[in-house]
Amino acid sequence: MTKPRPLAPPRIRILPGFRLTFGFTLFYLGLIVLIPLAAVFWKATALTPSEFWQTITQPAALASYRLTFGASFCAAVVNAVFGLIVAWVLVRYDFWGKKFVDALVDLPFALPTAVAGITLATLYSPTGWIGRLLAPLGIQAVNSQTGIFIALTFIGLPFIVRTVQPVLEDFDPELEEAAASLGANRWQVFWRVILPLLLPALLTGFTLAFARALGEYGSVIFIAGNIPMHTQITPVVIMGELDRFDYARATAIAAVMLVVSFLLLFGINGLQWWTNRFNANPAA
Amino acid sequence: MSHPATQLRPPRARHRRRPLGEPPAVRRLLIGVALAFLGLFLVLPLGFVFAQALAKGVGFYFATLHQPMTGSAIRLTLLTAGIAVPLNCVFGVMAAWAIAKFDFRGKNLLLTLIDLPFSVSPVIAGLMYVLVFGAQGWLGLYQNAAHPVFPWLAHWLNAHDVKIIFAEPGLVLATIFVTLPFVARELIPLMQAQGRTEEEAARALGASGWQTFWRVTRPNIKWGLLYGVILCNARAMGEFGAVSVVSGHIRGRTNTLPLHVEALYDDYNFTGAFAVASLLALLALVTLALKTWVEYKNARLNETV
Repeated sequence: MTKPRPLAPPRIRILPGFRLTFGFTLFYLGLIVLIPLAAVFWKATALTPSEFWQTITQPAALASYRLTFGASFCAAVVNAVFGLIVAWVLVRYDFWGKKFVDALVDLPFALPTAVAGITLATLYSPTGWIGRLLAPLGIQAVNSQTGIFIALTFIGLPFIVRTVQPVLEDFDPELEEAAASLGANRWQVFWRVILPLLLPALLTGFTLAFARALGEYGSVIFIAGNIPMHTQITPVVIMGELDRFDYARATAIAAVMLVVSFLLLFGINGLQWWTNRFNANPAA
Repeated sequence: MSHPATQLRPPRARHRRRPLGEPPAVRRLLIGVALAFLGLFLVLPLGFVFAQALAKGVGFYFATLHQPMTGSAIRLTLLTAGIAVPLNCVFGVMAAWAIAKFDFRGKNLLLTLIDLPFSVSPVIAGLMYVLVFGAQGWLGLYQNAAHPVFPWLAHWLNAHDVKIIFAEPGLVLATIFVTLPFVARELIPLMQAQGRTEEEAARALGASGWQTFWRVTRPNIKWGLLYGVILCNARAMGEFGAVSVVSGHIRGRTNTLPLHVEALYDDYNFTGAFAVASLLALLALVTLALKTWVEYKNARLNETV
């Protein structure tokens, strides 16, 4: 690990502390991340392959995958649209209280999820401030899939704004001017010039919001109720197995989610690499 | 998962010319839509927490906060964050030093590993520790084994009745896991951008390793470190899913503030739940204010350089 690469000129290490810091990093990661992670895959092998397959494809689990993926996807789409508008407004326009609004965008990161959960559940309940307005329209937000979508939208809100904002700030106005001088109207400039350049950042933000929503627990459980097959997201199904002390089944479903999360993690790293390369070109 | 949303941004060259504008009507419409969306999803819930907390008057509010259960939840939350944040801080500095100041193979793999806790669902994070330290997990198997590898260790564990799950150590471990990347993620890009020349110059002039870090590196990473600590602390104090799995919900003993909020809410003591929740909402507001302040200081620092 510490040997210099072949063909590279041997580098003299002037700075001290490589062994100490590198060793401590590996030790800490091993203790906190790797050993516990290994325990998941160890426990998952406690089931026979057919038991494992039966557990991860039981109707309650399948319904929870559909719900978790569907609600996370819808929430990320809504956030992509409104997040782009918020980022645009924060970068391009001046209005009173802009700095305050900019700081407030990160609230879903800073607010504990349990607080968000009980707040949304009460706010959208039939007697709450918003639920009272929705009830006459026949929309039931609490104990329904709509509620899960609302909670996941709240949680994912900052991701798109914060990935699109820096790209939009760096945007070269000359590109827009060139397009306008060639006869494009404002909408064409946005649709054909600006949006394609924002696309990698938008996709990265979308994937980050989606990945975060998949694992979310605290903000969802209060508003979702706990209706089997209908409003149980996958983390809730895992929690249910844990409450029955059925660790093997809980672990099997957890392993499925972990694999999906890792795939998304690689996807996000790839997207970010693309974003950086993409944005390096027009700026040069 | 790298978290661009929680990163102190480097200074950027602003384009001097203003971009082409939209007609005033479109501009007003867009500002209106953005503010309405943020108002509905951010301002309204935030205001609602405080309105509900004070729904039964100031007297009830402070009575709830003075209950012994609330006090013990506050103490436990402070204790948990007080252990997890400094440990992750030390880890973050160490990892950033190794990654930014040296070349070695497998660096990208190490970076991915550091990011990993962000992409693991909190419930699964808690489950992992139950599998290692729970009664049915590795620790439990070891304690009950007929012929353990180190008999004295098994004996000692059983004699002292070491409990990690459904006790404070489990809460601390789960909190360390979910907040592990914050400081490291902040410092690694910062120290990579700063390079190695300043430290190498200090060494060449005869400074010791520690002096180099304390006098040269530390002033450079001060604001990034503070930023990471603020975010790490907010998550450590507010974590719910992971600690919910390992806590066992013993009131007055293993309930942190977010778990206490849930307990009060499940008792249909909604006003009490919101009173405790308002403490956490205040923490969130303080976090946002500190974060904005550090961003402002950092921007000014970069302007003067």
